[in-house]
Amino acid sequence: MTTLTPNGFPLDNSGRRIVVDPVTRIEGHLRLEVNIDDGNVIRNAVSTGTMWRGIELILKDRDPRDAWAFVQRICGVCTGPHALTSVRAVEDGLGIKIPENANIIRNMMMLALQVHDHLVHFYHLHALDWVDVVSALKADPKATSSLAQSISAWPLSSPGYFRDVQMRLKKFVESGQLGPFKNAYWGHSAYRLPPEANLMAVAHYLEALDFQKEIVKIHTVFGGKNPHPNWLVGGVPCAINLDGAGAVGAVNMERLNLVSSIIDRSVEFCEQVYLPDLLAIASFYKDTLYGGGLSSKSILSYGDIPERANDYSASSLQLPRGAIINGNLAEVHEVDLRDPEQIQEFVIHSWYKYPDESKGLHPWEGVTEANFVMGPNYKGSKTKVESLDESAKYSYLKAPRWKGHAMEVGPLARWVIGYAQNKPEFKEPVEATLKALDVPVAALFSTLGRTAARGLECKWAADKLKYYFDKLIANLKSGDLATASTDKWDPSTWPAATRGVGFAEAPRGALGHWVNIQSGRIANYQCIVPTTWNGSPRDAQGNIGAFEAALLDTKLADPAQPLEILRTIHSFDPCLACSTHVISPDGATTTVTVS
Amino acid sequence: MSDHQDSFYQVIRRQGVSRRSFLKFCSLTAASMGLSPVVASHMAHALETKPRIPVIWLHGLECTCCSESFIRSAHPLVKDVVLSMISLDYDDTIMAAAGHQAEEILLEARTKYKGQYILAVEGNAPLGNDGMFCFPGGIPFVEKLKLMAADAQAVIAWGSCASNGCIQAAKPNPTGAVSIDKVISGKPLIKVPGCPPIAEVMTGVLSYILTFDRLPELDAQRRPLMFYSQRIHDKCYRRPHFDAGQYVEQWDDEGARKGYCLYKMGCKGPTTYNACSTVRWNDGVSFPIQSGHGCIGCSEEGFWDHGSFYARLTDIKQFGIERNADQIGMAAAAGVGAVVVAHGVATVATQRSRKRAQSEQDQKHGGTTKS
Repeated sequence: MTTLTPNGFPLDNSGRRIVVDPVTRIEGHLRLEVNIDDGNVIRNAVSTGTMWRGIELILKDRDPRDAWAFVQRICGVCTGPHALTSVRAVEDGLGIKIPENANIIRNMMMLALQVHDHLVHFYHLHALDWVDVVSALKADPKATSSLAQSISAWPLSSPGYFRDVQMRLKKFVESGQLGPFKNAYWGHSAYRLPPEANLMAVAHYLEALDFQKEIVKIHTVFGGKNPHPNWLVGGVPCAINLDGAGAVGAVNMERLNLVSSIIDRSVEFCEQVYLPDLLAIASFYKDTLYGGGLSSKSILSYGDIPERANDYSASSLQLPRGAIINGNLAEVHEVDLRDPEQIQEFVIHSWYKYPDESKGLHPWEGVTEANFVMGPNYKGSKTKVESLDESAKYSYLKAPRWKGHAMEVGPLARWVIGYAQNKPEFKEPVEATLKALDVPVAALFSTLGRTAARGLECKWAADKLKYYFDKLIANLKSGDLATASTDKWDPSTWPAATRGVGFAEAPRGALGHWVNIQSGRIANYQCIVPTTWNGSPRDAQGNIGAFEAALLDTKLADPAQPLEILRTIHSFDPCLACSTHVISPDGATTTVTVS
Repeated sequence: MSDHQDSFYQVIRRQGVSRRSFLKFCSLTAASMGLSPVVASHMAHALETKPRIPVIWLHGLECTCCSESFIRSAHPLVKDVVLSMISLDYDDTIMAAAGHQAEEILLEARTKYKGQYILAVEGNAPLGNDGMFCFPGGIPFVEKLKLMAADAQAVIAWGSCASNGCIQAAKPNPTGAVSIDKVISGKPLIKVPGCPPIAEVMTGVLSYILTFDRLPELDAQRRPLMFYSQRIHDKCYRRPHFDAGQYVEQWDDEGARKGYCLYKMGCKGPTTYNACSTVRWNDGVSFPIQSGHGCIGCSEEGFWDHGSFYARLTDIKQFGIERNADQIGMAAAAGVGAVVVAHGVATVATQRSRKRAQSEQDQKHGGTTKS
């Protein structure tokens, strides 16, 4: 029987149930269940986070200046955004202002992460949904070279180069040990690239694997290591010393040169490898668009990359801020993370307990009590899940909503909001891409559109890195070397009780942290992370989240090899360790039962 | 796909890598592990003659920072590790297969490579909620872990989660998360702690095992001595400032700009055993102290619960590097000795007992640290 969700999606769970668990090539543990009809079209989708870590409970009673290090461990893939969001939340609560250099360096840390994360996602987590590695063995290296040279000036493009890559691949396959490429869907009819494009992509898979380790050295210079660089409440930990005694122990000209060279190479890689590959691959898939889900209806971005230190208003934020609902691009709504009526989380379908589950709670007021119970139609045993019952609780993710709406977040949301706001730096690349592919604006709202927006944003972030590097140099030239403000470092300067909110645009989307500080310690801490928005289960009204919406109406060419499901879910770049750690501010104990 | 397995050397030779480059790779890898050039020839011989060893990489409760660190390895490059050194048959973060096709690989490994594969574990297992705080594939992660450990020849605990519990196990440990040695027994196990470990430490440990058919020398906490036998403080380039009493007193002060010691800012370098101040991070670019922040002690057990990262250590010796990891706050590790036989060679039992005897003797004589 078909039912219509309040946000406009028909659901029918009467057909055959297909389970994909684990969903691989993501961060963390995600399970998907779908029902398909007789024509193999998805009519119902169920997204389940299958892990829970409880990090916010661990934060209780800690020093708020330490919180960034704890929350950074929420995710080692998008390593940095949680830490930055945390120091912003604490600074907001304590009224700490940071120096201009600290703002610029933080922006560069975030932008370097965007470049790295998007690049690794495209080549190493997502590409194998579009690229048939085995087909690359059939490619003509000479024709591959012609293809590569027709789309890019990237120098690694000779027939001999591609022959070498193909030879290495061939010998690898012939070794009989396929390693991470084993048991995949090679030869699936939904793979559409010619062998030459596959070979080019395999070559770039390997090149990107080499190059990604270079990008993060920007984190290493300013934060001492990557993954998990160091941050600081009040600024950044690295001091700047251009030419004084001991300069070699601080950020100096040699360090700045290293950063500058990495930025140049990042811009080049985006321009000459990532974007040409993206367009080339998209040109073979543009006729089969699916997976739009919520993207054409309801999208959200908090904004990020403040141009001016301590100015988090929409006018300062270089990544756009706003919300679009009901598909009305003509109106971009203001977003206020402090407003108790705007952002709320629901748990009626989550493995948590509220006093009244018909209502949502703002994160400053939120409660979380684990409650692992299954519905009546659940199949399996207590410790062996065969299929879940989505009429009851079915995920460790909560269901965040903005003014009651399920929202999609991420690069596509940011770029559509920038496009709707007529910001040239977003609108022009979008229009150029649509024109190059000869597709209408509606094509944006798809699995492929999500993937394309991420590529455009990677290039945008690389360019912005250069912009902020130049800005840093200009600021240093003016004689400003400050990187940290310490007047409120000592807890004795803090108010007895305060609360703050911090936000960022992580690679995967809008990220918010809400902190409550009492007597110098953390009284409560709440995070709502991008994948909680995108992967959310249903809410009290029955609205479905972005993953579930995006899977609907997709036809599976072969239900035994659900490549289309992976493609669409990967286009969100899910991060489950991020999304499934939410715990109560009041630290309620967990109760666990299986009915 | 045939059952035939080529050696690392055969594979890379056919991939067009010259013998000269191959030997250079061996010497660089040996150097990265602080080993002598003589060792490089042993390594070359080993890699020339062995098939790629299957590695099963499981993820429990974690943040994937260990995988991210692993792919940062500069020597060897991770593409060479994955294409030529090991056969990474299962790793849910990067593998192409998904769902039941992915899980079938686990079953196959347990039969086809019984007693041969290395189990690499990132993250840990929650025991609370019957293990159902983490249930990839619909079953508790702890069950999957035990199952895969049973047929492994050796287990690597990547990072602080698998080694020590790390953040999930920080107070009050809401999920009942435990380090993997609490649920795996009877297997050679090596801990490579750090949040995350340094990339070249990870690939160095793996290369060592493949090269020498055994685990490297371990301390009582099962950490490889070659990377974890000295405190960060012992080899810190800011150490002369510590000895001279020159400290950073507050962030971004004159001392900070001159690269003075971060001890008063809470640096945990004096109590942390790791290679950060020697190997450094991301191809040797920097490490936390060099970039102005104190060490937070992320490779030490329970480091989340040792007070604020900015609270000054009060119980360190002001001078001297005479204390070693075995004497700093550790419980004697029980069970298996410091040896693994990488390809099921029959001498495992004798080697193990020999090493255990050696280890006991070392402890009697005040530890095995070579500092």
